[in-house]
Amino acid sequence: MKRSKGLAITFVLLAAIMIWGGGCGKVPQTPAGVGQHDLPGTAANAWVMVPAGEFLSGQFNEVAATDRAFEIMTTEVTNEQYADYLEEALKAGAVEIEDGRISGYYPGDEFHGGKHEAEIKEGYYLHMDLNDLATRIAFEDGSFRVVAGYEHHPVSMVSWFGAKAYADFHGYRLPTELEWEKAARGTDGRPFPWGDEIGHQYANYYHSGDPFETSGGYSDTTPVGFYNGETYGDLETVQATSPYGLYDMAGNVGEWTADIHYKLHDRTIRGGSKASYEIDLRIWKSNSAPPGYAGPSVGFRCVRDPR
Amino acid sequence: MPADGLRHRLEYLFMSTKGLVLMAIGIIALVTVVWGTLSGPMAEWGVKDVVVDLLGMDLVHAEREGRLVMLYHTIAMAMVAITVYLITDNVKIRRANAAMINSTVTAGYLISMFFGLGYAYFGHNQTYHGLYLLGMSLVFYAGILLAIALWPWRDEFRLSGNSPYARTRSGIDLERTAIWATVVAALGSAALGAWAGSHYGSGFNTFLAEDTIRLPIKGPLELAVIGHLHIMLALIGIAITLVIGRWFDFKGILHRISMPSMIIGTVVLTLGAWAVVPYQEIAHWIIYAGASFSMLAALFMVIYGLPKIVHERLREQGLDRATLWQKAMALLHDPLRFGSLWQMIFMNFNVSFVGIFMAVKLDELFRVWPHREERIELTGHWHILSALIATIVLLYFADRIGLKGRVRQVFGWSVILGSDIAFGAITVFEMKRLFVSEYTQQYLVNTLMLMADFGLALVLLATGGLLVWRLVDLVTPRGLWSRIDESVPDVTVTMDSSQQGVTQ
Repeated sequence: MKRSKGLAITFVLLAAIMIWGGGCGKVPQTPAGVGQHDLPGTAANAWVMVPAGEFLSGQFNEVAATDRAFEIMTTEVTNEQYADYLEEALKAGAVEIEDGRISGYYPGDEFHGGKHEAEIKEGYYLHMDLNDLATRIAFEDGSFRVVAGYEHHPVSMVSWFGAKAYADFHGYRLPTELEWEKAARGTDGRPFPWGDEIGHQYANYYHSGDPFETSGGYSDTTPVGFYNGETYGDLETVQATSPYGLYDMAGNVGEWTADIHYKLHDRTIRGGSKASYEIDLRIWKSNSAPPGYAGPSVGFRCVRDPR
Repeated sequence: MPADGLRHRLEYLFMSTKGLVLMAIGIIALVTVVWGTLSGPMAEWGVKDVVVDLLGMDLVHAEREGRLVMLYHTIAMAMVAITVYLITDNVKIRRANAAMINSTVTAGYLISMFFGLGYAYFGHNQTYHGLYLLGMSLVFYAGILLAIALWPWRDEFRLSGNSPYARTRSGIDLERTAIWATVVAALGSAALGAWAGSHYGSGFNTFLAEDTIRLPIKGPLELAVIGHLHIMLALIGIAITLVIGRWFDFKGILHRISMPSMIIGTVVLTLGAWAVVPYQEIAHWIIYAGASFSMLAALFMVIYGLPKIVHERLREQGLDRATLWQKAMALLHDPLRFGSLWQMIFMNFNVSFVGIFMAVKLDELFRVWPHREERIELTGHWHILSALIATIVLLYFADRIGLKGRVRQVFGWSVILGSDIAFGAITVFEMKRLFVSEYTQQYLVNTLMLMADFGLALVLLATGGLLVWRLVDLVTPRGLWSRIDESVPDVTVTMDSSQQGVTQ
C-alpha cells in the first residue's frame, strides 16, 4: 500500500514539474541567424507585372481569370519599409499613436447579418501594437526604429487595417485572392510557387531548419528573398521564386488579402507561414482572421496598377 | 496435424469474437504504425521518405485531403467491425445470424481497407476504388443484417416481468432497443455520408471538414459531410458504452433510467446531426438536447459501475468496514475495469466540456483567433474522442482475452496513464491560446508535445506488447487459440434467466 501511495505521489509531482517546467509563456531566444544573415536576399522594393488572363485556381485546378494586369511586390513588405511608412503616416496624420498602439481610420464594412459575422463599423482600428513583445518596430524619441537585425525581415504583428493603410498611403492596394494566387502559381497548376516539391531548401516553415529557428524550436521570420539559391551555413537554398519571380509566396509570413466576403468579417491570409507545416504551404491553402488580428506570422505585400 | 493446426488458428481468427477483434486491432495498429510515419515527427526525421520509397507510395500534393478521407474510412470500417463483433458477442442473437453478420462485416472491412489504401496511396487503379466501395457496401449490408437480427419486438427477445433490466410493460428489452436504435441510426448516417461521398467522386475532389468551418455559406453536401462525421463517431461511442454496460452487468434502477435516456439521446442526436443539412440554424440545439440524454445515460452507468468495482473488491478481500484509502485502492485495483469507466469521465474534461466551452465562447474567444487555431482545436477534439474510445475497447478486449496478474496491471495502467497524459497535454495544446501568445508559446508547446509523445508511446508499446503476445500465442502449439470454447462463435450470452436457450 505504501508503494502505491509513493507511486501516486511521484506521478502527480512529475506531472506538476513537467507542466511548471513548460512555463506559460517565455520570450524565445534570438535565433543564431540574426546578426549573421541580416541582408535581404533580393531588393525589397521591386515590382513585377502579372498579365491578365486565365489560370488554374484552387486544389482542383478550376479555370479562373484575372481581368486586368497588375504589378505586385516581389517581396513581402519589410519592417524597415513599414517603419518608414509609419514615420511618414504619423507626420501626415494618417495614423495615431497612443500608449504604443498605432491605429487609424477605417470606413467600415457593409454588414450582412451572417451567423458569426461581426459588424465592422466606421471607426479607428488597431494597426500595430508596439508594446507587444513580438513586434519588431519600436517608437523611441518621437521616431520609429526597427529592432536590430530585423530590418529586412517581413513586417509582422500588423493587422489587416494596418496593411491596408500602408497600401492606401502609397496608392497601392492589397491583392485580391485571385491576384495573389495567380502571382504565386502562374498558369500551370503547380502546388508550390516554385514547382511540385517542398523541402528545407525552398521555404521557411515550421521546423524547416533555417538559421532563424531557435534551438528551442521557435521558428522566426527570415529576411525577404532568403531562398534565393545562396548557401547560408549548412543550408543550401534554391531559387524558390514563383513563375513571375516573387519570393516567399509560401512560408515566412502569411499575407493579408483584400477580399471582403459576404456574411463574413474575417479576411483571408494566404501562403502559409514560418509557423505552418509544409502541407499548409500548398498554394490553395488559406488561413483567415478578423481584420483586427495581428500575429507574428502574418504580414502582407501590395499590388498596384501597371506603370 | 499442421493442417489441423492451421485450420484451428484460422477458425480462431475468423470465427471467434476474440480472434476477429484481435485481427482488426492488429490491422488497425499496422496501418497506424505505417501511415503514422507520413506526418508529424516521423516525417520531419525523414522516416516518411524512406517509407514512401520502400512501399512505392504515390503522394500527389493536391490529393492529400482525399487520401486522408479514404484512410479515415478504412480505419473506421475496421472499428465498425470491432463494434459489430462486440455487439453480436454481447447481445442475444441467433448463432447463424451472428456468423453471417460477422463474416459479412469482416469481408467488408478487409476489402475496403486493402483496396481503399491501395487506391489512395498506390496509384489510382479504378478497380481498387470499386472494390473499396464494395467493401464499404458489405459493411453497410452487415449493418442491415444486424438491425434485423436485433429487432427488439420479437417475442423471443422479450424480458420477463422479474427481470432486473430495463424493459417496457410488454417486456421489450430496452437495452436491446438502444443498441438497435444505434445500429439503425448508424445506417442512416452512413447513407448521409454516402450521398455526399458519391458526389465527391473518386475520392480526391474532396475536403476536410475543419477547412470549411468558417465558410459562412456551406452547400448541402458539405453540411452532410459535417453531420456524417460527427454522428458516426458519436454512435460508435454510444455502442461501445452499451457494450461496457454489458461487461459490468449494468442493471437495476439506474439501468431502467439509463436505457430510455440512451434511446432518446441516440434518436435525437442523430436527427440533430441529419438536421444540419436542411436546418443548420437549429440543428445544434437538437444535438445539445440529444447529447444531454446520451451523456446522462452514460453517467448512470458510471455511477453504477464504479461502486460495483469497489464493493466486489472489498468483498473479495473480506473487508466489511473499509477506510477511504482501502476503498480508493479497491477502486483502482483492476485498471481494465476501472479504466473503461474512468476514460468516459476523462472524456468529459477534454472532449465534452471543451466542446461546450468552445460553442459558448465561439464568437467571443475562438473566432477572434485565426482559423488555423480553430482547426487545431477541432482536429484535436475529434482525434482525442476517437482515440479515447479506442482505449476503452483495448481495455475491454484485454479483459476478454484473459490478461491477468502483473501483465494486466502493467497493460491497464500504461493505457490509462499514457492516454491521459497524452490527451491531457493535447487538450492544453488545443486551448493554449487562452493563456499564451503565439510568440511566447514554444516552451509550453515543446513540453506538451513531449508529454503527448511519451503518453502515446506508452499506449503504443502496451498495445504492441499485447499484439506480439497474441501473435506468439498463435504460433505456439497449445496457445490460447487452441481452447475449444474460443474456436467457435461465442455468441451465447446470458443476460437474464428469462433469455436462456434462445441462441442455440
